[in-house]
This record gives sequence, structure tokens and C-alpha cells, in this order.
Amino acid sequence: MNWLIAILQGALFIILAPLLAGWLKYCKCHLQNRKAPSLLQPYRDLIKLSNKQPVVSDQASWLFITAPYLIFSATALAATVVPLVVVDLPTSASADVIVMVGFFAFARFFLALAGLDIGTAFGGMGSSREMTISSLAEPAMLMAIFTLTMTASTTNLSGAIAHVLNEGLVLRPSFVFALFALILVAVAETGRIPVDNPSTHLELTMIHEAMILEYSGRYLALIEWASQLKLMLYGVLIANIFFPWGISETLNPKDLGYGLLAILGKLALLAIFLAIAETLVAKMRLFRVQEYLSFAYLLGLLGMLSHIILEASR
Amino acid sequence: MILFSAYLAVLLSFASGLLALIVNQRHLLQSLSDYSFNKLFKNQPQPQAWVNMNLEIQHFPAFLRQAVFILLGLSGLFAVIAGLAVLISNQVITDQIPLGLPWLPWHIRFDCLSGFFFLIIGIGVFAVSLYGPGYVRSYKENQHPFASLGLFTGLFVAGMLLVLLADDAFMFMIAWELMSVASYFLVAFQHEHAANRRAAFLYLLMAEVGALAIILAFGVLASFSDGFTFDALRESRLSVTWSSIAFVLALLGFGMKAGIAPIHVWLPEAHPVAPSHISALMSGVMLKVAIYGLIRFCFDLLSEVQWQWGVVLIILGTVSALAGILYAMMQPNLKRLLAYSSVENIGIIFMVLGLTMIFMATGHPQLAALGLLAALFHAFNHALFKNLLFLGAGILQHQTHELNIDMMGGLIKKMPQTSLLFLVGCMSISSLPLFNGFVSEWLAFQTALQVDVLDNGVLRSLIPVAAAALALTAALAAACFVKVFGLIFLGQPRSHHSEKAHEVQNKFMLAGPALLAGLCFFIGIFPSTIIYLINNASGQLLGQTLPNNNLLSWLWLAPVSAHQASYSPPLVLIAALIAAGICYSYFRRNPLTTVRRAETWDCGFGGLTPRMQYTSSSFTMPFRRIFEKVWIIDEQIHKDMKGAMNQDVSAVHYQLHIHDHSWPHIYSPIAQAVNDLARQVGRIQTGNIRTYLGYSFATLLILLWLIS
Repeated sequence: MNWLIAILQGALFIILAPLLAGWLKYCKCHLQNRKAPSLLQPYRDLIKLSNKQPVVSDQASWLFITAPYLIFSATALAATVVPLVVVDLPTSASADVIVMVGFFAFARFFLALAGLDIGTAFGGMGSSREMTISSLAEPAMLMAIFTLTMTASTTNLSGAIAHVLNEGLVLRPSFVFALFALILVAVAETGRIPVDNPSTHLELTMIHEAMILEYSGRYLALIEWASQLKLMLYGVLIANIFFPWGISETLNPKDLGYGLLAILGKLALLAIFLAIAETLVAKMRLFRVQEYLSFAYLLGLLGMLSHIILEASR
Repeated sequence: MILFSAYLAVLLSFASGLLALIVNQRHLLQSLSDYSFNKLFKNQPQPQAWVNMNLEIQHFPAFLRQAVFILLGLSGLFAVIAGLAVLISNQVITDQIPLGLPWLPWHIRFDCLSGFFFLIIGIGVFAVSLYGPGYVRSYKENQHPFASLGLFTGLFVAGMLLVLLADDAFMFMIAWELMSVASYFLVAFQHEHAANRRAAFLYLLMAEVGALAIILAFGVLASFSDGFTFDALRESRLSVTWSSIAFVLALLGFGMKAGIAPIHVWLPEAHPVAPSHISALMSGVMLKVAIYGLIRFCFDLLSEVQWQWGVVLIILGTVSALAGILYAMMQPNLKRLLAYSSVENIGIIFMVLGLTMIFMATGHPQLAALGLLAALFHAFNHALFKNLLFLGAGILQHQTHELNIDMMGGLIKKMPQTSLLFLVGCMSISSLPLFNGFVSEWLAFQTALQVDVLDNGVLRSLIPVAAAALALTAALAAACFVKVFGLIFLGQPRSHHSEKAHEVQNKFMLAGPALLAGLCFFIGIFPSTIIYLINNASGQLLGQTLPNNNLLSWLWLAPVSAHQASYSPPLVLIAALIAAGICYSYFRRNPLTTVRRAETWDCGFGGLTPRMQYTSSSFTMPFRRIFEKVWIIDEQIHKDMKGAMNQDVSAVHYQLHIHDHSWPHIYSPIAQAVNDLARQVGRIQTGNIRTYLGYSFATLLILLWLIS
């Protein structure tokens, strides 16, 4: 039963991800006085892309064609590890939060290789920048997550969230630091403003788009879907680790329904915040990103140190 | 029986070295075989024909090469058997061999720790011996004689195995020197280039300084005990000061061999110039022997471990790991890059060993066992994937005659099998899930996260910082190996050689790396096999093993307790296969949407050339800018001008050199000081015979005065 719920939850994750992207776009359009596309537009795009005939460069090797499947699968696996509507997940035990970060690294590894495969300058540029940013963001993310796992003394995400839930509302300085660190990292890792702009194809600024420039058809659909999934994953992580209230602790259908409503509400709210931030903030210069990310790293470290110095039991 | 196979491994490696010597004795062998077949074994035409065929001048070198590497492979195989046997049976075997001085027999001890490192060496040597015959064929006999290569390879392997067997300081040092000196000759094998001779000399110098430090460390221990056997050394009771002095000396000696920063400088010089299969052995295996020495010295011989030593190891390890990977990233030479990446991995091992010491000294032996598990596991993994990558680099050098990453490209289409094996190596070393590197990194993180049990505030804040540095190292390693794989195998060929490259013909050259790649994947999925073996070693060494509370332990990895952390690679693999299968079949359902091939999008300008691709230095440019203080960057841009006003640029020359900080800041001052000192000493050498007679007379007087 647990496994069934875990699989269903993973599927729900995958299905809801484009909706979140649509909602984000909807909020952003309204904030910027533009006419918003329908909330279902991302689904239509995905369907359109997956029914089109893909065009692949004649320079491409097998890696280029396999990479989208690997990227999508790795991101989907990461999604199954994160509790969405119910805390007690068996998948969280088979892969803990470090493994989840590992899945992200796996997806990124192949994305960067795919960018290099065609041998254009754009692909290399995107890969180089992506690896730079992620190699600064990954430690910051691990720091934030370690703060949580040391508080809960488990690296199992379900266990950690259950721990926060049972503790009740305690204001921990370490969690505040970790929350901000994780938000900064999430913005950088999902390629949002101010680190990367997902809606531009200007060569001087693009990172994620530069790597996937050569993809089309179903491959593009998979990669787009994976990045929407990643956005939702970070949203769920922030929402459920730091504000876990509402998530279901039992498998009873009523609680599950409430859990679903709660997470939808939390994500909708987070997306509004993100849209406001993206509207207000301008994109950074590439070589200011390291300052931004070192700040995130510092926040994560501060969170961990304040946990160790102030909050640990002795 | 176990000890017998261990001895057999040593003897076989000696034998392979000696066999290589007869490469020039073909005529002698010819007459010997004629004699024996005529007199002793008459009427056996088939063996005689076989022998004669192999002794013919065109077959003999190839036959001998194969024979030498077969012996070496058998040696590796027996080392694996001996190692596995002692680990599974969990025993300690001691023995004495009446070699050396009459009153000083060699003491032998074969326990689980030695057995584990026997396993590492055995696998490495076996893979290399599969690979070797094809690789060394390209050396010309008159320039690079096979006799010296084979002899010193055999001695080198035998030396490493004997270090692990040694149970007294004398034998340890003899074996250690055998290993160091034999590997010096291997580094100097291609001695026609001055740079190679210089690298080899640097290596020898540092190896000998390190050996001196180790001898002094043993000396400190021996002065508090009655003898040089390890049993006697174990009994010695040292004050904290003396044991710390011994620790620092041992750290210097073994650290110099292992290559931790800042005493790593021989590594990036020596590894690239040795033949690739030797660099694989040196990087994958010999560095582990140094790790073995440190573990044996600190955890076994020194009776009490101090937590301050752990702090030293953590700091050194962290610095090495970060510096190693950052320097690795900047190297365009593939083997130099891999050598620097060894510095990184050794740093990680040192860091985790430091954690082990801290947990051991503060009375948490179970967590110490976890740390030792992570350290030994990482040593094992590093041996696998670094061997694999060096052998891959050898194949690339063999096929493209290049080691410069910037001159390769597009090889995934030309060399599909090599590229797949290399990809496995890159994924393992970048610690991606499902591969072995990830498991040991996961264990290292789990060890670091147990910091809550410690009372000391400094340690409690230091260890998380080290964990953060480990995370940064892992992320940088991923970036570095994306660069390596992406630039070598993907994109378009950047040089004529790589355009003409093709897959290696000799299947055995692929079999060695394939074995290692298979092990990388297998251990990534079933890490419990190795953990079970290491558990016995830590049981003998620390007196503590991990709790074995989980019934399905082959499926789950739960080092502390299932509640705290667990990882199940087989389940993850199954889930990954299902997910990939679903999306593959979903997107293949429509036959109309088969892939159409077209030209690469060139923004409408046309004429994409391979030179427009990113290169090693452009890929790492953001890193160079972010971490610029780490290196000494020497970047020069020179423009050729032309035209009437000399204002049109006709050509741009770009030069980039990345230097190591340790040279101007540590080594040059030392070299300068040594030279100055020598000049001072030189003053007493007047060259005048009367002065020298005066010196002799004065010495004699002083000695007489001392005696009376």
C-alpha cells in the first residue's frame, strides 16, 4: 500500500509540474501587465512537442539522443523521494536526501554533456556556465539540507519532515538561515531570474537554454518537463521542510485530500512570491552569480553553525 | 594456504620481472631448447615445434611480452585470492622467513587490513596485465627496452605486496624502498626527454625524503620498545609528545608518497611521463599503499590516537581535496589532470581518516568504524576508477598520439567502446548515484553528520565545514569530468589525429578497463559486498564493527541505523530502469516521429568549424575567474598588427600557463636554502691538500679526546 501511494505520488508530481509552471507564468504576466496564456498552456506545449518529428544534428552521437531520457528519469526519481502529500514514504528510505542531490547531479552531468555533444559554441558555453553555477550551488544546498538533517538526526526526508512536524512551531535561527539559503539555491538551480532567464535566447545571458538549443520534438519536451519538475521539486522541498503543516501523516483518504490541498496552496503562494521577485529583480551579470551563491553558502553554513552552537542538545 | 597464495603472488611478480630480462637471451634459449629436446625429451615434435616457433625472431618479443604479463596477471589473481580468503576467514596469520641478516628474520603478518589492500593491488595488477601486452607493443625495442620495463614492473609490484606483508620495520623499509626505487626507473623509462628525467629525479628525491621521515618515525617508536618488530612497537608506551612527533613524521613520510597538498608536487610531474599502465598502477595502487602505511602506523602501532591528529588530517585532507580538483580542472594534459585528481581523492580519504581518529579518540568506536569504512571504501573505489581512467588515457594516447584534451574531440563515434568505459569512469569519479564513487561519498557524509555526539565545540564546527568542502569538491569534480569527457569524446575532432582515430584492435586492451568499469558498476549497486569485507578489517583494527542488524543487508545500506539513514542502490536501479523504460516506450509509440538528421544550427551564417568549439581553457574560464587566487595565472594575449596605421589585427596569440603556488612559496625557498647551505659548506673545501690533512688531524684529535 505504501509503495502504491509512493508511486501515485510520484506520478502526481510529474503530472502537476507543468501546471505550476503555467501558474507561475500566469502570475508573472499579470504582474507585468501582459495577457496571460491559459494555465494549461505548458501541457499543450508538451503534447505538441512530443508529437512532432524531432530534428537532430548530424553531428550528434548516441549520448545526445539518450540524454533526455536519463535527465527526465533522474529528475523523476528525485521527485519520488520527496514527500508531497504524505509523510511516510518507503521511497525516502531507499534513497535519502543526499541521493536526491545525487540524482540532480546525474541529470546535470548528462545535460552538460549533451550541450557539448554537437560541438557548437553555444552548447559549450551553456555547459560551462551550468557546471560553474551548480558546483557553487550544490554545496550551499547540501549545507542547508544538513542543517535540517542534523536537527532531525536523519537524512531520510520523510523522517526529517515528520520530525519538524512533531516538534510543532519552534522558531529556530538555523532554520531561518537554511530557508533563505535553500531559496537562493532553488532560484539558481532552476534557472530563474536573477541567475538565468528562462524566457530569453540572448547568447550573452543564457545558460540552460544554451545547452538545449539543439533539441527539438520529444527530446525538448522531456527536457522542458524535467526542468518544470525540478522547479516544482524545489518548491515542494521549501514548502514541506520549513512549513510542513497540512501534510498527511496517515494514508486515510481524507487526510490525503487535505494534504494535496495544502501543498497546492503552498506552492501557489510560493509561485506568487517567485513571480513578484522575478518582476522586481533584474538579471545579474554572470560573474556576480558567484557572490550570490557564496552568500547562499554562507547562509547555509551559518545555519549549520547556529544549530551546532545554539540548538544542539548539549 | 592463504599465506601460500600471498607468497605466490609476490614470487610470481618477481618471476615476471626476471622473465623480462631474458628478452635479449634468445640465442641462449634456442640452444637450451635444442639441447633439451635432443637429449632429454626426445620424440616430442609438437612441443618442440611450439617452442621453436615462439623462439623465432619475429615471434619471440611478442611471446615474451605475453608471458611476462601472464605471470604478472597470475600474481594479481593470487593477490586477490589471498586477500579475499583472509578477509572472509577473518584471521591473522604470522610467519617468519629466514632472509636478511641471520639474527634478523623477516616477520610476516597477514591480517584483514593487509588482505584488503592485497585485494586492491590484485585487481589493479590483474587489469593492467590484461591491458599491458597491447600497450607496450608500440615501444621500440632499441629506444625503450622491454627488459627494463618488465623487470621494474615486476619488482614494483613485488615491493608493494611485501610492504603489506611486513611485520617489522626493517622489512617494511626494504620493501618500501624496493617499491619507490623500482617505480623511479619506471617513471624514468622514457628518459630521452629532459623533462621526464627531471620529473623522475623529483620523484626519487621526494620518495627518499619521505622514506627518511618514515624511518625516523619508526625510530621514535623503537626507542621506546625493545626491537623493531611491529609486535614490539605495539607494546611501546609513548608520552603524548613523543607519539605526536612520531605521528607527524609518519604523516610527512606517508603523506609525501600519498600526495597530499602541499607535498604533492611529484605526483603531477611523475604520473604523466610514466607509461600509462604504470601511471595506472602508481596512481591507483601505490598511493593506496601509502594510505595503508598511515593506517597501520596510526591505528595499529601507535597505541593511543589523539583527536588533534584527526584535526590535522581533516585540514590537510580538505586543502588537498579542494586544491587537487581545482588544479586538475585547469590542466589540458589528460594524465596530469588525472594525477591532480588523485590528490583530490587522497585528500578525501585523509579527511575521512581524520574523522575516524576524532571519533576513536573521543570514545565512539562505532562511528570510528563507520569512518574507517568510508575511507577504505573510497580507497578501493579510487583504485578502480583511477586505474580505469589512466588505462583509458593510455588507449587514447595509443590511438591519437595526443594527451592534450584540446586536441581531441568527437572520439565517441570513432571509439565507441573506449568512450563507454571512460564514461563509466567519469561518472564514478564524479560520484553520481548508481556508481561506486557515490557510495563512498555518501558514507563520508554520513560520518561527518554524526558530529552531534562530540562535546568539543571546535570539532563540532570544524567538521561541518569540512563536510561543506567535501560537497564543493564533489561538485567541482563533476564539472571537471564533464569537461574531460565532453572535450575528448563529444563535439567535433579538433585535430587531424583525432579525426583519423579508430578503436583499438587489441581486445585485451579493452578487457582490462572493461573489468574495472564492470566492478565500478557492480560495487555501486551492491556495495554491501565490499562493506562486509571492510567490516572484518575494522573489526581487527579498531576492535569494533558496524552493527549488522539488517537482515536484507545486501539490499540496504544503513550504516548507522535504518532510521537515521539508508540507501538502497538496487531499488534505485530498478526504479531508474522502470522510469527510463516508460518514457522511452511512451515516446517511441508513434512511428511517424522518427528522428530526422539535419545540419547543426549555425545561426544562418554557415560554416561551423571545430575551432569554434569550447576548449579546456574556455570551459574552465568561469572557474578561473571565480577562484583566481588559487593559481598563479599567467595569461598573455599578443596581437599582430598590420595595415597602414598598424591598426588592423591580423592574428591574435593567446598563451595561458597555470602554475602551482607551492613551487614559489615552498619549494624554491627550500632549494635556495639548500644551495646556500652547500655554498657555505663549500668554503671549507679549499682544494688544498694541507688543509685536508689538517682536517684529518683535527678529527683524529677530537676523536681521541672523546674516547679518552
